[in-house]
Amino acid sequence: MLYALKIATRYLTASKAQTALLVFGVAIGVFIFIFMSALIGGLAEFIMMRTAGDMAHITIQAEAVDPALLVPQTGRTVLLVQEPTTQATAILKDTAAFLPLIAALPGVTGFSQQINGSGFLTRGAQVMQVSINGLEPGHESVIANLASYVTEGTANLAAGGVLVGKTLAEDMDLSLGQTVRLQSSAGIDAALTITGIYKMGSGGPDRRQAYVSLATARTLFALPQGVTRIEIKLADLYAADTLAPRIRALTGLDAKSWTEQAAQLLEALQAQAQTGYILKAFALLTIIIGVASALLLSTYRRRPEIGIMRAMGAGRWFVMVVIVSQGALIGLMGGLFGAAAGYGVLLAFPSRASFGPGQSGLPIDIRQGAYGLAIWLTTLGAILASILPARSAAQLDPVTAIGQ
Amino acid sequence: MTVLLEVRDLVKTFGSGEAETRVLRGLNLAMQTGELAALLGPSGSGKSTLLTILGTLMHPTSGSHTMLGVDLTTANDRALTEFRNLHIGFVFQFHNLLPDFTALENVCFPTAVREGRETATARARGQELLVRMGLAERVHFPTANLSGGQKQRVAVARALMNRPELVLADEPTGNLDRASAAQVMDLIGEINHEEGTTFLISTHDEKIAALCRRQIVVGDGLVTG
Repeated sequence: MLYALKIATRYLTASKAQTALLVFGVAIGVFIFIFMSALIGGLAEFIMMRTAGDMAHITIQAEAVDPALLVPQTGRTVLLVQEPTTQATAILKDTAAFLPLIAALPGVTGFSQQINGSGFLTRGAQVMQVSINGLEPGHESVIANLASYVTEGTANLAAGGVLVGKTLAEDMDLSLGQTVRLQSSAGIDAALTITGIYKMGSGGPDRRQAYVSLATARTLFALPQGVTRIEIKLADLYAADTLAPRIRALTGLDAKSWTEQAAQLLEALQAQAQTGYILKAFALLTIIIGVASALLLSTYRRRPEIGIMRAMGAGRWFVMVVIVSQGALIGLMGGLFGAAAGYGVLLAFPSRASFGPGQSGLPIDIRQGAYGLAIWLTTLGAILASILPARSAAQLDPVTAIGQ
Repeated sequence: MTVLLEVRDLVKTFGSGEAETRVLRGLNLAMQTGELAALLGPSGSGKSTLLTILGTLMHPTSGSHTMLGVDLTTANDRALTEFRNLHIGFVFQFHNLLPDFTALENVCFPTAVREGRETATARARGQELLVRMGLAERVHFPTANLSGGQKQRVAVARALMNRPELVLADEPTGNLDRASAAQVMDLIGEINHEEGTTFLISTHDEKIAALCRRQIVVGDGLVTG
């Protein structure tokens, strides 16, 4: 084995230009592999960060209260069917009993108790319809990272404070410290001070949402106890489909995975990942074909030498090991050079910080270059590529080969 | 002297049907240990085919082939490769050295390929053979930098590396000038005399044949003299 490796190394160093060209070709393939990994991985993370990253991974929503029937049901057939209401009157009680159970589940990184509903924001004569989100102070950034989106003021929701989107602030000419009036759909209103302005970069949240503290929301919606919604964040958002049924079983509440609400997003992310796999597979295939053809050519050129080795007592297995070792060395060298080049080039791109709100850098993540995998796959691919030339060399008739 | 090898009723045909060519037609031959024999015959007489079969590089179509008491006629490729490595050395007309290796590496090859590495013992033996071939100054030279005669002497040293009982030489001096040819033949004679290695040398050259103690003449696929 050691001697076969020596012969393989000598063959590679004897044809320096050919070997360099071959290693360069493999390195290019590896470079593409790494670049694609960093780009697709970064892009996926970017999309996740900007979409599902700000979503609740599991949501427990209070079930809508059935509207009261206007006529007694007994002895009569009810013909009127009314859509379930989503008004904030539906509440989740006794959260203190089940929230510790949810928090203890593996993979749960945080939860947010909320009271949500609709209302109107008024400033002077200006009135805008808004969604009111009541959050626990200190838990503002558990689901959407509100703190990172705040452009003015603070994300901390103090009693009597309200956080509004930048577009809404512009539309109503609002500024930090101003007092506005917020009226809920329950008809209760409160005078609140603008303590923060945020910009998420998407129309709905920036134009139509107002964040208040949970205590303020209780007042606005006349809910002295309970919440309307619990949002749960997971370490791995793809675990939501597994964890949601566990939470349902544990609490008896209707826990829903984000994938039920955003199936199209999930499909898009999976399609993107598959596209990445295909592109990387093509890069790998190019490497395999390149190495195989180069080694076939090299084997053909060295047929007389292989014949001599066989005549001197080298077995078929030895010949195979020599050729396969050449493939492995080319793969390893190409892999190392390609990985180094890939890392070097990726360094020139903006760091992951550019994924954040308000940044416009290319979403290339240097950490997702899959360097080790690229080197390993390339070496393995080159070994596989060398099997055909190796088998062909091992089957050579020494007499015919020497005669050539 | 004991019988080293024996072939009986050796037949070798190439092709089939109308294109079939019968090169050996029931050839019989026995050689004793320590012989220095010349294999003579016109082109196409079957000399090279006989050497190839004796070198276990090719199976005969029929007949038997034994060497050192081992029946090689139906042995598989692995067994023949091992046997060849241990007991048979080759010297070709065009030296057939490995071009990307030094003289010493070429000489050590038959031992290194068996042992899986170039041992210090193998290197010492290789160096000793090269010194004996008059190539003490060329031990670490790439073979591409050697003259034709020097290359052929390296080839002789390589053939002797594993101390084989039989060395098959196919026109070993055919590509050399007179002086180099004489030098190579002197070395062969010396080794045959001192170590008792059997040599079978295929040649067209009557002068080379005359240096051998036995002349085996092949004609039309048979030993004729």
